[in-house]
Amino acid sequence: MEEQWVDDYAGPVVRPYAVTRGRARPVTGTFDLISLVTATRAEVSPEVGLGPEHLAIVALCQRIQSVAEVAAHLDLPVGTIRVLLGDLMARDLVQVREPRVTAGLPDESIFEAVINGLRAL
Amino acid sequence: MDYGPSERPAGAAPLPTAIKILIAGGFGVGKTTMVGAVSETRPLRTEEVLTETGVGIDDLSGVEGKTTTTVAMDFGRITISEDLVLYLFGTPGQDRFWFVWDELALGALGAVVLADTRRLADCFPSIDYFEGRGTPFVVAVNCFEGARRYRLDEVQAALNLDPGVPVLLCDARQRESSKEVLITLMEHAMKVRESRRRAGG
Repeated sequence: MEEQWVDDYAGPVVRPYAVTRGRARPVTGTFDLISLVTATRAEVSPEVGLGPEHLAIVALCQRIQSVAEVAAHLDLPVGTIRVLLGDLMARDLVQVREPRVTAGLPDESIFEAVINGLRAL
Repeated sequence: MDYGPSERPAGAAPLPTAIKILIAGGFGVGKTTMVGAVSETRPLRTEEVLTETGVGIDDLSGVEGKTTTTVAMDFGRITISEDLVLYLFGTPGQDRFWFVWDELALGALGAVVLADTRRLADCFPSIDYFEGRGTPFVVAVNCFEGARRYRLDEVQAALNLDPGVPVLLCDARQRESSKEVLITLMEHAMKVRESRRRAGG
Protein backbone atom coordinates (compact mmCIF):
# COMPACT_ATOMS: atom_id res chain seq x y z
CA MET A 1 0.00 0.00 0.00
CA GLU A 2 1.25 3.43 -0.85
CA GLU A 3 2.38 5.39 2.14
CA GLN A 4 0.37 8.50 2.85
CA TRP A 5 2.73 11.46 2.82
CA VAL A 6 0.29 14.25 3.63
CA ASP A 7 0.28 13.32 7.28
CA ASP A 8 0.58 15.44 10.42
CA TYR A 9 4.17 16.20 9.58
CA ALA A 10 3.61 17.44 6.07
CA GLY A 11 2.00 20.78 6.93
CA PRO A 12 4.99 22.76 8.14
CA VAL A 13 7.21 21.18 5.50
CA VAL A 14 5.18 21.69 2.34
CA ARG A 15 4.35 25.36 2.74
CA PRO A 16 7.90 26.73 3.05
CA TYR A 17 8.95 25.11 -0.21
CA ALA A 18 5.77 26.19 -1.93
CA VAL A 19 6.85 29.72 -1.04
CA THR A 20 10.16 29.13 -2.85
CA ARG A 21 8.49 27.15 -5.66
CA GLY A 22 10.45 24.06 -4.68
CA ARG A 23 13.87 25.65 -4.57
CA ALA A 24 16.13 24.75 -1.65
CA ARG A 25 19.08 26.99 -2.56
CA PRO A 26 19.29 30.73 -3.14
CA VAL A 27 20.27 31.95 -6.62
CA THR A 28 23.00 34.04 -5.04
CA GLY A 29 24.57 34.62 -1.62
CA THR A 30 25.21 32.33 1.34
CA PHE A 31 23.36 34.07 4.20
CA ASP A 32 24.72 33.16 7.59
CA LEU A 33 22.17 33.23 10.43
CA ILE A 34 23.67 36.53 11.58
CA SER A 35 24.25 38.10 8.17
CA LEU A 36 22.67 41.54 8.42
CA VAL A 37 20.11 42.55 5.83
CA THR A 38 18.82 45.99 4.92
CA ALA A 39 16.40 47.01 2.18
CA THR A 40 17.73 49.31 -0.51
CA ARG A 41 14.34 50.89 -1.20
CA ALA A 42 11.52 52.19 0.98
CA GLU A 43 9.03 49.99 -0.84
CA VAL A 44 8.77 47.63 -3.77
CA SER A 45 5.74 47.25 -5.98
CA PRO A 46 4.63 43.71 -6.82
CA GLU A 47 6.30 42.38 -9.94
CA VAL A 48 6.69 39.04 -11.68
CA GLY A 49 8.77 36.66 -9.60
CA LEU A 50 8.14 38.43 -6.30
CA GLY A 51 5.63 36.97 -3.88
CA PRO A 52 4.06 38.48 -0.78
CA GLU A 53 6.89 37.02 1.33
CA HIS A 54 9.49 38.92 -0.72
CA LEU A 55 7.58 42.16 -0.15
CA ALA A 56 7.24 41.37 3.55
CA ILE A 57 11.03 40.98 3.81
CA VAL A 58 11.62 44.35 2.14
CA ALA A 59 9.13 45.96 4.53
CA LEU A 60 10.76 44.29 7.55
CA CYS A 61 14.29 45.19 6.47
CA GLN A 62 13.67 48.92 6.47
CA ARG A 63 15.43 48.43 9.80
CA ILE A 64 18.56 46.26 9.81
CA GLN A 65 17.73 42.63 10.63
CA SER A 66 19.73 39.43 10.79
CA VAL A 67 18.72 36.48 8.62
CA ALA A 68 17.61 34.70 11.82
CA GLU A 69 15.37 37.65 12.75
CA VAL A 70 13.81 37.77 9.28
CA ALA A 71 13.03 34.05 9.54
CA ALA A 72 11.56 34.43 13.03
CA HIS A 73 9.36 37.41 12.11
CA LEU A 74 8.05 35.80 8.91
CA ASP A 75 7.63 32.48 10.73
CA LEU A 76 9.38 30.57 7.95
CA PRO A 77 12.37 28.20 8.13
CA VAL A 78 15.80 29.75 7.63
CA GLY A 79 16.38 27.73 4.43
CA THR A 80 13.27 29.28 2.87
CA ILE A 81 14.33 32.78 3.91
CA ARG A 82 17.76 32.23 2.31
CA VAL A 83 16.12 31.45 -1.04
CA LEU A 84 13.88 34.53 -0.83
CA LEU A 85 16.82 36.74 0.16
CA GLY A 86 18.78 35.41 -2.82
CA ASP A 87 15.96 36.52 -5.12
CA LEU A 88 15.94 39.97 -3.53
CA MET A 89 19.71 40.30 -3.65
CA ALA A 90 19.75 39.36 -7.35
CA ARG A 91 17.38 42.30 -7.94
CA ASP A 92 19.42 44.66 -5.71
CA LEU A 93 16.44 45.07 -3.42
CA VAL A 94 18.41 44.18 -0.30
CA GLN A 95 21.98 44.59 0.80
CA VAL A 96 23.67 42.00 2.98
CA ARG A 97 26.62 42.27 5.34
CA GLU A 98 28.17 38.87 6.00
CA PRO A 99 29.67 38.36 9.47
CA ARG A 100 33.29 37.64 10.10
CA VAL A 101 33.70 34.00 9.13
CA THR A 102 37.26 33.21 10.17
CA ALA A 103 37.53 30.31 12.58
CA GLY A 104 39.91 32.12 14.96
CA LEU A 105 39.03 34.63 17.65
CA PRO A 106 38.62 38.28 16.64
CA ASP A 107 40.55 41.34 17.75
CA GLU A 108 40.81 42.24 21.39
CA SER A 109 38.93 45.45 20.56
CA ILE A 110 35.78 43.45 19.75
CA PHE A 111 35.86 41.73 23.17
CA GLU A 112 36.46 45.04 24.92
CA ALA A 113 33.55 46.63 23.07
CA VAL A 114 31.26 43.74 24.05
CA ILE A 115 32.33 43.90 27.71
CA ASN A 116 31.72 47.66 27.83
CA GLY A 117 28.40 47.24 26.02
CA LEU A 118 27.25 44.55 28.48
CA ARG A 119 28.28 46.64 31.51
CA ALA A 120 26.25 49.55 30.13
CA LEU A 121 23.07 47.46 29.76
CA MET B 1 32.92 47.36 5.05
CA ASP B 2 33.90 48.84 1.73
CA TYR B 3 30.71 50.03 0.14
CA GLY B 4 31.10 52.32 -2.83
CA PRO B 5 28.88 55.38 -2.98
CA SER B 6 26.70 53.80 -5.64
CA GLU B 7 26.03 50.76 -3.50
CA ARG B 8 24.53 52.57 -0.53
CA PRO B 9 21.67 55.02 -0.32
CA ALA B 10 23.02 58.55 0.06
CA GLY B 11 23.87 59.39 3.64
CA ALA B 12 23.26 55.88 4.97
CA ALA B 13 25.64 54.60 7.60
CA PRO B 14 27.57 51.41 6.87
CA LEU B 15 25.93 48.23 8.10
CA PRO B 16 27.16 47.10 11.52
CA THR B 17 29.07 43.88 12.13
CA ALA B 18 27.18 41.01 13.74
CA ILE B 19 28.82 38.73 16.31
CA LYS B 20 27.44 35.87 18.37
CA ILE B 21 27.71 34.04 21.65
CA LEU B 22 26.19 30.59 22.18
CA ILE B 23 24.21 29.47 25.22
CA ALA B 24 24.39 25.68 25.49
CA GLY B 25 23.41 23.00 27.99
CA GLY B 26 20.86 20.27 28.53
CA PHE B 27 17.12 20.44 27.93
CA GLY B 28 15.28 22.66 30.42
CA VAL B 29 18.43 24.11 31.96
CA GLY B 30 17.43 27.72 31.25
CA LYS B 31 19.06 28.58 27.92
CA THR B 32 16.12 30.57 26.58
CA THR B 33 15.60 32.12 30.01
CA MET B 34 19.15 33.47 29.95
CA VAL B 35 18.76 34.72 26.37
CA GLY B 36 15.59 36.54 27.43
CA ALA B 37 17.18 38.00 30.56
CA VAL B 38 19.75 40.03 28.59
CA SER B 39 18.18 40.42 25.14
CA GLU B 40 16.74 43.80 24.15
CA THR B 41 13.85 41.99 22.47
CA ARG B 42 11.85 39.02 23.67
CA PRO B 43 13.58 35.79 22.58
CA LEU B 44 12.79 34.94 18.97
CA ARG B 45 12.62 31.45 17.52
CA THR B 46 14.00 30.33 14.20
CA GLU B 47 13.69 26.93 12.59
CA GLU B 48 15.78 24.95 10.15
CA VAL B 49 14.04 22.21 8.19
CA LEU B 50 16.12 19.08 7.83
CA THR B 51 15.55 16.21 5.48
CA GLU B 52 17.10 12.79 5.79
CA THR B 53 19.17 13.54 2.73
CA GLY B 54 20.62 16.40 4.71
CA VAL B 55 22.31 19.49 3.38
CA GLY B 56 23.67 19.66 -0.14
CA ILE B 57 20.53 19.11 -2.14
CA ASP B 58 19.33 21.70 -4.62
CA ASP B 59 15.76 20.76 -5.27
CA LEU B 60 13.20 19.37 -2.88
CA SER B 61 10.71 18.20 -5.51
CA GLY B 62 9.83 14.63 -4.71
CA VAL B 63 11.04 14.59 -1.13
CA GLU B 64 7.53 14.66 0.24
CA GLY B 65 7.74 11.10 1.46
CA LYS B 66 11.12 11.47 3.14
CA THR B 67 11.51 12.00 6.83
CA THR B 68 11.76 15.64 7.73
CA THR B 69 12.25 17.35 11.01
CA THR B 70 12.89 20.85 12.25
CA VAL B 71 15.49 22.18 14.64
CA ALA B 72 14.40 25.20 16.64
CA MET B 73 16.80 27.78 18.00
CA ASP B 74 15.88 30.60 20.34
CA PHE B 75 17.91 33.75 20.12
CA GLY B 76 18.11 37.33 21.28
CA ARG B 77 19.90 40.52 20.34
CA ILE B 78 21.94 43.17 22.13
CA THR B 79 22.97 46.29 20.22
CA ILE B 80 26.46 46.95 21.55
CA SER B 81 27.16 50.05 19.47
CA GLU B 82 26.41 51.56 16.06
CA ASP B 83 28.98 49.20 14.56
CA LEU B 84 28.38 46.05 16.56
CA VAL B 85 25.32 43.86 17.14
CA LEU B 86 25.58 40.85 19.43
CA TYR B 87 23.32 37.83 18.96
CA LEU B 88 22.83 35.19 21.65
CA PHE B 89 21.82 31.77 20.38
CA GLY B 90 20.44 28.99 22.52
CA THR B 91 21.80 25.81 20.94
CA PRO B 92 19.38 23.03 20.03
CA GLY B 93 19.54 20.41 22.74
CA GLN B 94 19.44 17.21 20.73
CA ASP B 95 22.80 15.64 20.07
CA ARG B 96 21.84 14.57 16.56
CA PHE B 97 21.84 18.17 15.43
CA TRP B 98 25.59 18.63 15.66
CA PHE B 99 25.84 20.02 12.16
CA VAL B 100 23.59 22.88 13.19
CA TRP B 101 26.03 23.47 16.05
CA ASP B 102 28.86 23.62 13.53
CA GLU B 103 27.14 26.46 11.74
CA LEU B 104 26.38 28.21 15.02
CA ALA B 105 29.88 27.77 16.44
CA LEU B 106 31.66 29.09 13.36
CA GLY B 107 32.88 32.57 14.23
CA ALA B 108 31.30 32.56 17.72
CA LEU B 109 33.13 34.65 20.32
CA GLY B 110 32.51 32.00 22.93
CA ALA B 111 29.91 29.86 24.66
CA VAL B 112 28.15 29.64 27.99
CA VAL B 113 27.50 26.06 29.12
CA LEU B 114 24.58 26.16 31.53
CA ALA B 115 24.58 23.37 34.10
CA ASP B 116 22.01 22.03 36.56
CA THR B 117 23.69 20.21 39.46
CA ARG B 118 20.75 17.76 39.64
CA ARG B 119 21.51 16.64 36.06
CA LEU B 120 25.14 17.52 35.63
CA ALA B 121 25.75 14.90 32.92
CA ASP B 122 23.36 16.77 30.61
CA CYS B 123 26.04 19.36 29.93
CA PHE B 124 28.84 16.86 29.10
CA PRO B 125 28.12 16.83 25.34
CA SER B 126 28.29 20.64 25.18
CA ILE B 127 31.59 20.72 27.08
CA ASP B 128 33.07 17.98 24.87
CA TYR B 129 31.96 19.85 21.79
CA PHE B 130 33.47 23.22 22.73
CA GLU B 131 36.67 21.64 24.06
CA GLY B 132 37.09 19.69 20.83
CA ARG B 133 36.43 22.74 18.73
CA GLY B 134 38.56 25.15 20.73
CA THR B 135 35.66 27.53 21.37
CA PRO B 136 36.28 29.47 24.62
CA PHE B 137 33.56 28.64 27.15
CA VAL B 138 32.55 29.11 30.79
CA VAL B 139 30.33 26.84 32.87
CA ALA B 140 27.49 28.66 34.63
CA VAL B 141 25.65 26.64 37.27
CA ASN B 142 22.03 27.78 37.18
CA CYS B 143 20.79 27.86 40.76
CA PHE B 144 17.44 26.14 40.72
CA GLU B 145 15.27 26.18 43.81
CA GLY B 146 15.59 22.95 45.73
CA ALA B 147 18.87 21.91 44.11
CA ARG B 148 21.63 20.99 46.53
CA ARG B 149 24.37 23.60 46.48
CA TYR B 150 27.78 22.32 45.53
CA ARG B 151 31.01 24.20 45.85
CA LEU B 152 32.32 25.46 42.53
CA ASP B 153 35.52 23.41 42.84
CA GLU B 154 33.36 20.29 43.31
CA VAL B 155 31.54 21.08 40.07
CA GLN B 156 34.83 21.78 38.32
CA ALA B 157 36.21 18.43 39.48
CA ALA B 158 33.03 16.56 38.57
CA LEU B 159 33.15 17.99 35.05
CA ASN B 160 36.89 17.28 34.77
CA LEU B 161 37.42 20.78 33.45
CA ASP B 162 40.70 22.36 32.53
CA PRO B 163 41.66 24.50 35.56
CA GLY B 164 41.55 27.65 33.40
CA VAL B 165 37.86 27.27 32.55
CA PRO B 166 35.78 29.60 34.74
CA VAL B 167 32.92 28.02 36.69
CA LEU B 168 30.40 30.35 38.28
CA LEU B 169 26.97 30.35 39.87
CA CYS B 170 24.18 32.23 38.20
CA ASP B 171 20.47 32.86 38.17
CA ALA B 172 19.52 32.76 34.49
CA ARG B 173 16.31 34.69 35.22
CA GLN B 174 18.25 37.71 36.44
CA ARG B 175 19.66 40.24 34.02
CA GLU B 176 22.57 41.27 36.24
CA SER B 177 23.56 37.67 36.92
CA SER B 178 23.37 36.72 33.24
CA LYS B 179 25.34 39.84 32.27
CA GLU B 180 28.04 38.80 34.74
CA VAL B 181 28.25 35.36 33.10
CA LEU B 182 28.67 36.91 29.65
CA ILE B 183 31.29 39.38 30.88
CA THR B 184 33.23 36.53 32.54
CA LEU B 185 33.05 34.63 29.24
CA MET B 186 34.39 37.59 27.26
CA GLU B 187 37.25 38.10 29.72
CA HIS B 188 38.08 34.40 29.53
CA ALA B 189 37.97 34.44 25.72
CA MET B 190 40.43 37.36 25.68
CA LYS B 191 42.82 35.32 27.84
CA VAL B 192 42.45 32.31 25.56
CA ARG B 193 43.14 34.50 22.56
CA GLU B 194 46.22 35.99 24.21
CA SER B 195 47.66 32.59 25.19
CA ARG B 196 47.09 31.25 21.66
CA ARG B 197 48.79 34.32 20.22
CA ARG B 198 51.82 33.71 22.45
CA ALA B 199 51.88 29.99 21.66
CA GLY B 200 51.73 30.80 17.97
CA GLY B 201 54.82 33.03 18.30
